[in-house]
Amino acid sequence: MGENRAEVPGCGGDSQPPCPDQVLENVLENVLRFLTSRRDRNAVSLVCKSWYLAEALTRSELFIGNCYAVSARRATERFRRVNSVVLKGKPRFADFSLMPLIWGAHFTPWLTAFAAAYPWLEKIHLKRMSITDDDLAQISHSFPHFKELTLVCCDGFGTSGLAILASKCRQLRVLDLIEDEVEDDDVVDWLSCFPDNGTCLESLSFDCVELPINFDALERLVARSPNLKQLRLNQFVSIGQLYRLIVRAPQLTHLGTGSFSPPESWVPGEQEPDYRAAFAACSSLVYLSGFREIVPDYLPAIYPVCGNLTSLNFSYANLNAEELKAVVCHCYKLQTLWVLDTVRDEGLEAVATTCKDLTELRVFPIDAREDSEGFVSEVGLIAIAEGCRKLQSILYFCQRMTNAAVIAMSEKCHDLVVFRLCIMGRHRPDHLTNEPMDEGFGAIVMNCKKLTRLAVSGLLTDRAFGYIGKYGNSVRTLSIAFAGDSDMALKYVLEGCSNLQKLEIRDSPFGDSALRAGLHHYYNMRFLWMSSCKITLEGSREISKALPQLVVEVFRSGLAAVRDEDEFVDTLYMYRSLEGPRNDAPTHVRIL
Amino acid sequence: MVNHFPGFETFAMDFKETELTLGPPGEFRVSGRKSGKKRGFPEMLDLNLSGPNGRRNDSGAQLEQEASSSPKSPAAKEQLVGWPPLRASRKNAMRSGGSNYVKVAVDGAPYLRKVDLQMYISYEQLLKALEDMFCYFTIRNYFMEPMNGYEYVPTYEDKDGDWMMVGDVPWKIFVESCKRIRLMKGSEAAGLEPRTPPQNAVMEAAEEDSG
Repeated sequence: MGENRAEVPGCGGDSQPPCPDQVLENVLENVLRFLTSRRDRNAVSLVCKSWYLAEALTRSELFIGNCYAVSARRATERFRRVNSVVLKGKPRFADFSLMPLIWGAHFTPWLTAFAAAYPWLEKIHLKRMSITDDDLAQISHSFPHFKELTLVCCDGFGTSGLAILASKCRQLRVLDLIEDEVEDDDVVDWLSCFPDNGTCLESLSFDCVELPINFDALERLVARSPNLKQLRLNQFVSIGQLYRLIVRAPQLTHLGTGSFSPPESWVPGEQEPDYRAAFAACSSLVYLSGFREIVPDYLPAIYPVCGNLTSLNFSYANLNAEELKAVVCHCYKLQTLWVLDTVRDEGLEAVATTCKDLTELRVFPIDAREDSEGFVSEVGLIAIAEGCRKLQSILYFCQRMTNAAVIAMSEKCHDLVVFRLCIMGRHRPDHLTNEPMDEGFGAIVMNCKKLTRLAVSGLLTDRAFGYIGKYGNSVRTLSIAFAGDSDMALKYVLEGCSNLQKLEIRDSPFGDSALRAGLHHYYNMRFLWMSSCKITLEGSREISKALPQLVVEVFRSGLAAVRDEDEFVDTLYMYRSLEGPRNDAPTHVRIL
Repeated sequence: MVNHFPGFETFAMDFKETELTLGPPGEFRVSGRKSGKKRGFPEMLDLNLSGPNGRRNDSGAQLEQEASSSPKSPAAKEQLVGWPPLRASRKNAMRSGGSNYVKVAVDGAPYLRKVDLQMYISYEQLLKALEDMFCYFTIRNYFMEPMNGYEYVPTYEDKDGDWMMVGDVPWKIFVESCKRIRLMKGSEAAGLEPRTPPQNAVMEAAEEDSG
């Protein structure tokens, strides 16, 4: 009975047919392996106990949207065969200095649990978490098959951790550091630490590492990484150095170009390599970024690849309209474009003329102050709306906007999923009619049926939120700043947006009564953030008492903790959790 | 509990008023505010910053003049925290328009904070903001180390990697060259050749306060 058991997936002996239950279970497991969407998997796990168990055994990617919503122990006990983890920590407003620098979201306890439960772990993806050099060393020691590390908006580590990772993780394929804060206290030459005899690297991104690098080491690394497809350099790589790299790696598909300018020591008139030819040899390039200190004279070098580009990030490049036009007129396949507002409405008009497949546009301000001039306006937005009908995602920083332009976009771009408009001057109305921006945002929620993410700005009355509550049923993420007249605004949203999961609000006149309006919904949300509103300590306590599985954190700017005699609360951050109040909160963060 | 601070009670009650916050709900409150209240931190800093005469009012006027770019109205140049919503690294990269975030560390504390030097127009404003951020901490530390200590001296690392006293150069030059700020314990700062040696400053502060 024993020996052939492995062949016959049955509960009986080798001569007996497998019992139906066992067969079903195996079929289920095999089918479920193909299910990758976590939403589908969550649904499957609710069918019945055996489906729950089968799903738990076959889930290979663990996604934790809030590292405090569930404990590492609970997660690793349920899901036993995970080889890839995605963990998110701080809420997005932490990016804008609205959170105490010391708050939490430490990776260490998770790592400890993973090291024990998933020794076969291959991938770690963290967003807004704190990860230390010791953690990086621990990853190197605990996971012999480790292949991919992606850190987005993380902090707490430096080059010594990177050095250990580079030298010990022999199967490393992906090391992507994206918008992280890398410690600069003790700089180590980590690029020299990769194995001498060759690497499996497919993707290496370090554009956010604002430290000089050993270029010779990088050049040798690229030379011995035959699988390298994605390379994103930091601003300490000059265009001459870039040349040397891309001639060794013409197979690249994604390139972050570094400074895109000559080194300081360069003398004008000095012989320069044929940059254009080097780019022309990169026939697989579909993504370009970098251009951190661009000298626009060098831009023609990239013309040969423009026709293949699907993604172009010029968001650090101070280009004017002409310079952008000269590039973009070749980019007819472009799907993603990030630019600075220095390109002006005229530049955006050029984009609208050529880039008919554009799905994502981000326009960042070169001067990010409330009273700055602002170089794009409703004119650029209308041009994009009319030219780029396939647009799905837009982030637009400006100082002047009109309802008509926003309405036009809502009518022309039916596929809009993400609409984020940031009128930088607070409380600014439609600059032509002087009306609030209510009608524009109202049109967006009314007309864009696929909208899941919305960020509002400008002068907005409660009416705008009435629209959002009424029509914004698909909205999952909503950002509100300096908007609304009264509690009614927030009530409309909480009562109307039944799919709302992430709500971040700052400096808006919403108080306890509005907060109470969401009691029926908070367990369905990932989090609620409210800072500089009219929430009282008492009101926050009420919520905490009413919803025991909600963790309600209150804190203030500065290092002092919220005291009992404080009436108003600076910041309220609350989220559902299976674990109750966390035990790693610093003293200045108070959990009610 | 031994109370080393004269007038500590009033000090603590005023703390909230002088705190750097995002303002009471619905209102934008500017971080320049009434300064009459004697506080150890700014007094010692003022003493360090002033010329050889060491008078507080004079040093204030001198500093304001150095910030040549703007009139005295506090609200004019000051920016809101975190608005517009752009990551600091992006703002910093666009230095010409935007911002200049530097880390601020306090000796003896694990706490780090970042300040955007472009948000301030003078040393006085910067120091006030720092004081607000770290004041609570310095009070606590005070109880742990019962000296007459107004111990913290603001220092900074400049582009060349040298550590200097905050206030030694004109404000604009400071903003251009400051890479990070460290609030050092007075004894350690002695080696930085301040215009007024920190030991004297500490004593002067203690005398003024008990007077």
